[in-house]
Parts: sequence; C-alpha cells; structure tokens
Amino acid sequence: MALDHPVEGDGVDTSPTVADEVKYTTCYMCACRCGIRVYVKDGQIRYIQGNKNHPVNKGVLCAKGSSGIMQHYSPARLSKPLKRVGERGSGEFVEIEWDEAMALATDWLGAIRKTDPKKLAFFTGRDQSQSLTGWWATNFGTPNFAAHGGFCSVNMAAAGLYSIGGSFWEFGEPDWDNAKYFMMFGVAEDHDSNPIKTGISKLKARGAKFVSVNPTKTGYSAVADEWIGIRPGTDGLFVFSLIHELVKAGKVDLEYLVRYTNAHYLIIQAPGQADDGLFLRDADDVPLCWDQVKGAPAKALDPEVSPALTGEYTVNGKQVIPAFQLMAGRYLDDQYAPEAVAETCGLTADQIKRIAAELAHVAFEEAIELPIEWTDWAGRTHKTMKGRPIAMHAMRGISAHSNGFHTCRAIHLLQMILGTVEVPGGFRFKPPFPKPIPPNPKPAGKDGGKANTPLAGAPLGFPTQPEDLLVDDNGNPLRIDKAYSWENPLSSHGLMHMVITNAWKGDPYPVDVLFMYMANMAWNSTMNTKGVMEMLTDKDPATGEYKIPKIIYSDAYASEMVAYADLVFPDTTYLERWDCISLLDRPICEADGPADAIRQPVVEPGRDVRGFQTVLLDLGARLGLPGMTNEDGSAKFPGGYPDYIVNHERMPGIGPLAGWRGENGDQHGRGAKNPDQLKKYVENECFWQGHLKPSQKYYKFANREYLDYAVEMGFIGHADQIVLQIYSEIMQKFRNAARGHGTVKVPEQHRARVDTYFDPMPIWYMPFEEASVDTTEFPMHALTQRPMYMYHSWGSQNAWLRQIMNQNRLYMHAGTAKAQGIADDDWVWVTSHHGRIKCQVRLIEGVNPQTVWTWNAIGKRKGAWNLKEDAPEATKGFLLNHLISELLPEDKTGAGNGYRYSNSDPVTGQAAWFDLRVKVEKAAADEFGESSPQFPVLKRPPNMAESPDISRYGAQFNPDRNGGKPVENSVVVKQTVGKGAPEPKPAAQPAPKKEGV
Amino acid sequence: MTTLPTTTTTKLGLVIDLDTCVGCQACVTNCKEWNTGGHSAPLTDLNPYGDKVDGVWFNRVHTFEYGLGENARTVNFPKSCLHCENAACVTVCPTGASYKRSSDGIVLVDHDKCIGCKLCSWACPYGAREFDEDEGVMKKCTLCVDRIYNENLDEVDRQPACVITCPSKARHFGDLGDPDSDVSKLVAERGGYDLMPEQGYKPTNKYLPPRPRKLTGAAIGAQESLQPVKTNGKGFLGWVDKVLTR
Repeated sequence: MALDHPVEGDGVDTSPTVADEVKYTTCYMCACRCGIRVYVKDGQIRYIQGNKNHPVNKGVLCAKGSSGIMQHYSPARLSKPLKRVGERGSGEFVEIEWDEAMALATDWLGAIRKTDPKKLAFFTGRDQSQSLTGWWATNFGTPNFAAHGGFCSVNMAAAGLYSIGGSFWEFGEPDWDNAKYFMMFGVAEDHDSNPIKTGISKLKARGAKFVSVNPTKTGYSAVADEWIGIRPGTDGLFVFSLIHELVKAGKVDLEYLVRYTNAHYLIIQAPGQADDGLFLRDADDVPLCWDQVKGAPAKALDPEVSPALTGEYTVNGKQVIPAFQLMAGRYLDDQYAPEAVAETCGLTADQIKRIAAELAHVAFEEAIELPIEWTDWAGRTHKTMKGRPIAMHAMRGISAHSNGFHTCRAIHLLQMILGTVEVPGGFRFKPPFPKPIPPNPKPAGKDGGKANTPLAGAPLGFPTQPEDLLVDDNGNPLRIDKAYSWENPLSSHGLMHMVITNAWKGDPYPVDVLFMYMANMAWNSTMNTKGVMEMLTDKDPATGEYKIPKIIYSDAYASEMVAYADLVFPDTTYLERWDCISLLDRPICEADGPADAIRQPVVEPGRDVRGFQTVLLDLGARLGLPGMTNEDGSAKFPGGYPDYIVNHERMPGIGPLAGWRGENGDQHGRGAKNPDQLKKYVENECFWQGHLKPSQKYYKFANREYLDYAVEMGFIGHADQIVLQIYSEIMQKFRNAARGHGTVKVPEQHRARVDTYFDPMPIWYMPFEEASVDTTEFPMHALTQRPMYMYHSWGSQNAWLRQIMNQNRLYMHAGTAKAQGIADDDWVWVTSHHGRIKCQVRLIEGVNPQTVWTWNAIGKRKGAWNLKEDAPEATKGFLLNHLISELLPEDKTGAGNGYRYSNSDPVTGQAAWFDLRVKVEKAAADEFGESSPQFPVLKRPPNMAESPDISRYGAQFNPDRNGGKPVENSVVVKQTVGKGAPEPKPAAQPAPKKEGV
Repeated sequence: MTTLPTTTTTKLGLVIDLDTCVGCQACVTNCKEWNTGGHSAPLTDLNPYGDKVDGVWFNRVHTFEYGLGENARTVNFPKSCLHCENAACVTVCPTGASYKRSSDGIVLVDHDKCIGCKLCSWACPYGAREFDEDEGVMKKCTLCVDRIYNENLDEVDRQPACVITCPSKARHFGDLGDPDSDVSKLVAERGGYDLMPEQGYKPTNKYLPPRPRKLTGAAIGAQESLQPVKTNGKGFLGWVDKVLTR
C-alpha cells in the first residue's frame, strides 16, 4: 500500500534517511539462517530486516533476528586472544597477541599429530561450518570430531535418514500450501523458526486442521485446533495405536507402499540362523518379493510385478513373509489398542480413535491431485500428482528421549502407511534430499588415527553393518565419545555430551587437547553441569596436571565455558564475518529447490578478533595439514575462510558453494572454481537458489526427472529409485551380530542391549530413566523448551531479549501443585536421582499434569556474559541440567556388572535430556528468593568494560533530538571508545584476495 | 487540555489476528530496533544488563491463560497504542504535546512540548504509553510514521515494522476509515472487534478473534472412530489380498 504524504504540518520528518547503505547477509541469531538486510548508518547498525527474496524467511524476521543489534554490540564480546594464568575455572587470563596464541596452539596440536592424533578431541557446538570443521579433523587425523547434533536431534536425523532418506526440519518440510491436516510432535517452538510460523498461518487461513502433540501448551500448541497434552516419552505408543486403528480399518495406502517402500520385500524367517530377518535376495543380491499373479518370487523393484503384501511362502527352502505382514501383525496386537495405551500416554481411548479416524478421512476421502504430469523412476508418465494431504513434523520432544529413534521411526511409518511422504499435501524433502538410505559415507577412523596421517574419510557417517563400527578387535570403542561403538552403533552425530566425562575418566583413553567451538559445555550445553565443571578442573594427584591437560576454546562472547579454557580464540560476531551455508553441510534448501548462502562482513570488528574458520585454516597451514598446505609448505588459503569458500573443492567441480560456478560464473551445482563467486553472491543478496520444475517437485524418491537432476547436481551418486524402509534390514544385521552371527563379535556385555533395540521395525519402550528410578519417589517428568525469542545461552546477554524474560520459572500444572500445597510464585526444591535444585514455580493449566517444564538456558552463572551479579538470570534463573546425569543409573538387576551406559538413545547416542524424572517439594519460607545451586562469580576477562547501566542505543541516529552531539554511555560508545575499552584495532579478518568483493 | 480533531477521514491502524499470533515476540523486538533509532529515538533501556531491567517498548505481547482445566486457552495478546478516535491521552494533555493527527489519525507525542507529567499514561485505558525516565518524556507507538510515508524505503517496506516482520502474518496495516480497504474487509470478514468498546474510546486498531477450533471428527467431516474392515473370513489382513501393481 502506498500512502500519499499527508499535509499535517506537525513538523514530523516522515521521510528520514535511514541508512548510508543496506547490506545483505545471513542471520545467525539461531539455526534457522534467514536472509537479512542490514541498514548501516555512520558505520553503525541502524536496523535489521528480513530479506523478502530469501527462500527461508521470505521477508519476515523473528524476535531473535530483530534483536541482532544488541547481540552484535553485546558488552560480553571478547576482544583479544586470552591465555590462562590462574587456576583453570578462576577466569584469570592475560591478553596475548594472535601470533603467540597461534604458536601455542600449533605447538600443542603439532605434538599430538606427530604422535597420536586421536589425543585431540575436536568438538564444535552450534557450528554452521561443519563441512569445514569435519574436513579439518579428517586432515588432522583424529576420529574424535563431532558437532552438537548428538545432544540435539540426531534421533530425528538418523531415524529419517535410515527410514525415508531425509528427515524433519533441515531435510524436509510440510507442504504448507496443500496440507489439510497437520500433526506436530514435540516441537519446542523452533527448528525451524520462521517457516513454521508462516506455515501455520497459511494452514489456518485455509481451514486446515492443526493438531499439536506436546506435553506443554505454549507457542504453536496455543494456536492449534487441538492440543494433545501427551505424557513425555509415550509418543511412540500413541503413534502405534493410530497405526493399529488404521490397519484394523483397512485405511492403508497399499499402492503407495508397494511402489515406494519395501513393504513387499520378503523377509526370511529362520530363527537362530544368520540370515534370519534379512531380505530374501536372488543370486545377484537383489531383494525379492512374491508376485501374486505369477505365484513366484520376483525382483522386488521390477515395475511389472504384482507384489503380495501378505502370505507365507517358501522360496529355495526358506520361509519368507512380506515385510508388510510382519508390520501389520505387530501393530494389530491388542497391546496397541487405544484402550491399552491411553492411560500410559495420558490420553483417552476416544481421542486416539478420533485422531485415527480424522487421519483416515483426510488421507482417503480428501485426497488431492495436482494437474502436473510427471515421469516415475521406471519411465512411466503420470498425468497428475496425487497426494494425501496430511503433513507431519517432529523435533526435539521426540528426539530427546532414549526411545526417540524408534519413536521418530514410528512417525515415519505412520506417514508411509498413509502415503504422505513426498506427495502433495504431505511431508516434502528439501534437495539435496532424499538420499540413499542411509546416505553413503561410512564413518572413518577404524585405525584409530595414525601419526601424521589424515583419516581415510570424514569422521562422521552412516554405518550399514557391524563391520562399519569404530571398535577395536575386542569390540571396544575407538572414539573418545564411544560413537559408533556397540553402546550406540548408529551415532551419526557423535556424542558431544560424553566427551568431557570420558576424557576425564580416560575411558576409553585420555586426550591431550580438548578443542571446542561455540559449545557452552561448562554450563547449559552439558548434563551434570556441576560435575562437568569439576572434571574440567580436576587434577591427577600424582602429576599435578589437569586430567584434561589442555583446553582450547573459541567463542565470540564471555560464556561460562571461557573460564575453563587455557587458550581462548575470540571469534567475530555474525555481522563481522564471512561464512557459507553449504549444501555439503546443513543446507537451507526448500522443497522447491536447493539453496545455499553466505555471510559477508557488514561492519568491521574494531576488536582484535578473527573468524574461527579463518583461524582453523591458519592452524591447519601451520600444522602442515595436507588439504590446507601447498607442496612448498605455504598456506593454501592465505585469504582465510573466504579464500577457502571459493577455492576449496571437495570433489572436482563441487565446492562449498553451488551457485555461480564455472569460469564464467554461469554454472550451478557442478563447475570449475569461479574467482568472482563471492562477488556474485553479494550481488545476489548473499544466497543462491535453484528452482525445480513443477514435474520434479514431488515424488522425488521415484521421480525420473528429479533423480537425474540430483545426480547432475552431485546430490546423489546414481539415479536409482530410493526405496523407503518400513522394515530396516540394517537394524536386523546389527541384531543378528548380537545373536552371535557374522564375523564381528559383539562384546557379551552389550549383546542383550543390541538385540533388544536393533529391532527392524519400530518399537516402544519406557524411557531408560523412568525404567530405572523409583517412579513413586520421582513421580514427575521434567523438560525444557526453548522460547521463540532465545537461542541457547546467547539470548540473555541481549539487552532486548532479556527484557522479555530474564528469570525462568518452573511451570507446573495448577491441579498437581495444589494437591501438594504449592501455590503460584512459591519456591520449590526439585530433586532427581542425580541432583537437587531450587527454583520458583509458575502454575498453569496448559501442561500435562505429570510434567513440569522450564525454558532452556535462561539461567546463567553469576558474572558470565558480562551480566551484572544481580541479574535475575543468575540469582533466580536455573538450569535443569544439574538434575540430569550423563550416565544412567546402574542396572537394578545387576545385569550390567555395574557398568553405567550414557544417558542416551541406545541406537544413536542421542542425549536423553527429556527422560528426566523428578519430585517437586515446596521450599521452606526462609529459602525463598534465590535459586540453587549457586557458584562463585566468574570474573570478566581482562580489559572487558563493565556492562553499561543505561542504553540509549539509537539516539545517535536522531540528530533532531540530540543536536548532532555524540551520545554518551550508550552500548556502542561504551564498547568501542568508552573508558577502559580497548582501542579499536584494524580489522583482523584477512581480506579476500581474489574475490574482488 | 488538548483538543482532538472532530473527525479524521483516514484512520490508519493495525488489525491483529489472535488466531495466528503464536506469541513469538518478533513484532516486539522489530518495533524496538526500528524505533530506537527512529522518530522517538532512543527507546532507552535502564539497567540493560542487570536486575530490574526497564526499557521503553512501544509494542508488547502478553501471554496468559484464560479459563480452567479442559477449557483453558493460552492467549498471546499483542498490544500497542490503538490510536483511538476518542483518545483520552490527548484530551488530558496539559501542553498539547499529545495530539492526534487530523490527516491520518495517528496519535503522537511532541517531545519538545512534553513535560513528563504522565497524565496521559493515567488516562490511557489500554496502558499503551511508555515513559522514558532518562529523558523525562512520554513516548509511544508512532505507527511507524517515519516508515509508512518514507520515500527512502522501498514501497513494500512502507508499513509499520511490526507488520512487515510478523512471521505468522498476524498483523495487518491500513486505513480503517476506508470500508473498501483490505484491512476493513478483513475486519468485516473475520468479525474483528474493538478492545473494551464499552469504554467509548473508539480504538482504531482491531483484533480478529480466534477461528473456531476443530475439536471433533465431525468438524472436518470425519467419523469419531473407525470401523474394522471386512476381512472376508481371511484373517485380519484379508482385505489386503488384492492385486497390486508397482
């Protein structure tokens, strides 16, 4: 709407100049990675707006993104490398020059690389450059690398990648434009942030029904048509009950199952034999089905076959049954009837039955057809694209349980039997997904890492058989986090939550250097926070040395973790750096096409800081790592990260960015290096987006045109149909190993566990903590959620966001509280099998009565993040982390010989944060007022100015009001030229040499 | 005492959709970042990093529960100045600082005339005024008067910051004095309403009520439960026994 200028005569300037220039870049206020336009005036940031052309946010921007100014100018920014001089944890540092910092790190790391590279544990937290950091670890030669996925959502990622070739959030999205029914499971108001909000708004405008399955009724659940306040950890049972109802009623999309899944594959029934539960295959190793018409076995993927989904057959002397019959038989069992599961789930049988009926109605009575012709994998043309318009989405609430892998697989199974994966109105993959199931690379590091030698491949990957695990000849773990061991075989994101505990114990071995990036492991990113802080400072009494001898940490801010480092590399803020959001990593693609993006520096740092990725490449060159050094020993990427982004190739023609490749910059996907590539990105608002043809947009797993395109782009190696897996033969292979078959021996200690949890079809079991503690003593579930306006621990240093919330409460059902004599605003003690905290309650109605919850990472340690000591985050805020042990209690039956497994999913190693069980008791009146535990105040790093008592940020942009005079004491002034602040330094980030930006 | 224009033909205002507001606070902080450098700059924050942090905000979202037990609803309620036709904050102003523009109906404060007496904040029934303790003047939502006509912005951006940033499209801006405007039509279509109409302030901003929730199978044309399929005497999976093609 364009408004005419009014004639008002009140002297208001309705057309002020807003900016000297507007620069595009990518937000980093959370993991959503929206496109932003940054208005810069007089060298300072005037305003940040969403980029309306960007594929992720299409112009909108959330509360976090809109508060980027305060993140950028945070008084907690680090400004120079720091070297520890006092005891670890004391916060006693001196500032050192970068040369000294780099020399020290090179010295420490060089000594390890020459002798035993696995003595480096390199773990990066909210890292958005994992294709670089993982590649760096490969070149260094340590298998001990992972990012934060193991404590975030690997259950969701792994369950998806082992079942349907993609997963919720980053690898797929609901078809917001066509869905008529949307089920959202356990989403903690993020992941992804803006697209979900925009999508829900579209659904509601269209009259679609939105069902939210979540123990808490905040955020999205609050606007849902129906809130299903399920008891935590029971979603799998609920889903099985829906499947039970659907199968019993014959509401299953059989055509979809035989065309796109392995429902018709014949499964060998040979209990006790090595091939029990595996696919029946022909001499060429091709899986077989039973052709109903011919009455004979046939290749399962033959387009001419008429596959049987039921029946028992004998082929070559083997008893076989179609996977579908095994699946249907399992969930038809009365144990999954609504009446049988309702109480456990905290629901009513009628509600479960009704949801099943609604799903069946929308899937089968309201199916849609888009008038788009397409060609399937077998070359057959279809006039329309048919869809069953039910979309589903799930995230951490499903993931963060020890039964999360199977629960997430259960949701995918429900999607498959309804025929709603990758169809109009359903759940859609975002290219480069779907990928082969699972994606190709296996984890490297079977030799444990050799001196002066890169690993054979990337440290993280996808095992498909016991031989792929990273274990020694005795079946013991080779990685410090025990990823890819028999404890958690499919731990494809590692187990960052176990690194410090294992390194401290020296189990399976000690490390020499712990190197971390953007991971607040001494506070909210760890389980057992107090214990981990002690491990970080614990010394070997014999030598007086720290048990974790050296810790290098990189962060932009004075987080709690900084105090526990020996050497600190200060990172830039997100508005001061080059970055790439790569298809090789965690892409920002949409279902309608692939996309990648960059960050460019919008303002100069004015502090002696460097982007971590540039530091890492510099370190690599100093260490002489192969990928980072030329033959003459010089640095391969002297221009730092931007140099690497343009000039690194992972495979010939494939580099970090897909856009504007080739000498002329006219190729996308594959193409030669283009020295002007970053310039092209900057000219194109810092992102590249490919557009699929309408005929490629659905059925991607079996769409000839799409599959050919995906090969051409380098997304997948071959254009074969990607067959969805209702039955996982890979799981069965691990189970068979546990039963003593095959060449790889499973240690006796882990056999029963692997046998139980490597079921080829989804199972439900009680979450481990619930199963191992006395639930009478600990009657409540306890969870966290992340508010829409905070991202991990970063949020509450932000002067604006912390005004929305600076004290987290423990939310408790009003009825449950009343029964215990707890009133609103009371202080309570919360106790688990592991610890005890004190916090303040807020009573609500919208929560499962057996559940308490709080907001994640609001609680801060006093002094951290340059907050004042009286900040409510520290005096009244709290963490549930103190209650959560990284180790499970010993097996009550004594079966484990006292061994304590990690508090993780037994398949993937996903941290089981939400398994927590607690009791809540009212505190004594004289205990009210302060949260517990409290820890000594962290010191501000040297030369970090005290945070200001007033912020007049923005006054400098209003000459009318200030007569053009500089404004004293605003956040910016204090940081850059105020008393006690360091002198501004020239930009430390090396300028790109060749890009010409 | 300050007088109001007898009437304004243009009534610029906001329409806020309570059906899709998820309480994400995007409008709150985007308003803050725009306006702290805008017409009323700065939106001062006292104790920004300590206890009792207290800042000036033109737009706030209140999340609360309404009702008990099964009937409890979680409500996300955004609130800013409603630019009333009968704006008590204007008529109560002793200096003429608080005024309503006759050209577009926006209620503004002339900071040079404001003496910080706070009478307007007492008079406002909606609690929409924000006192800047540091500067000693009253501030408030300007409806982004420095955006909506701003020739230095792209035309599509000439809307209040809270509107362009809203991820769930729960905020709309336009002329509520024009019955044919998109916002007026939206209000008519969705039964938009005034906040506390009985008070007689005639707010310009309107709220759209939550759409009816679909809580039964019948609401979407479905049954309340499924019937077992006929199995033709062939066992539970008898119905599957048909010829399928790949």
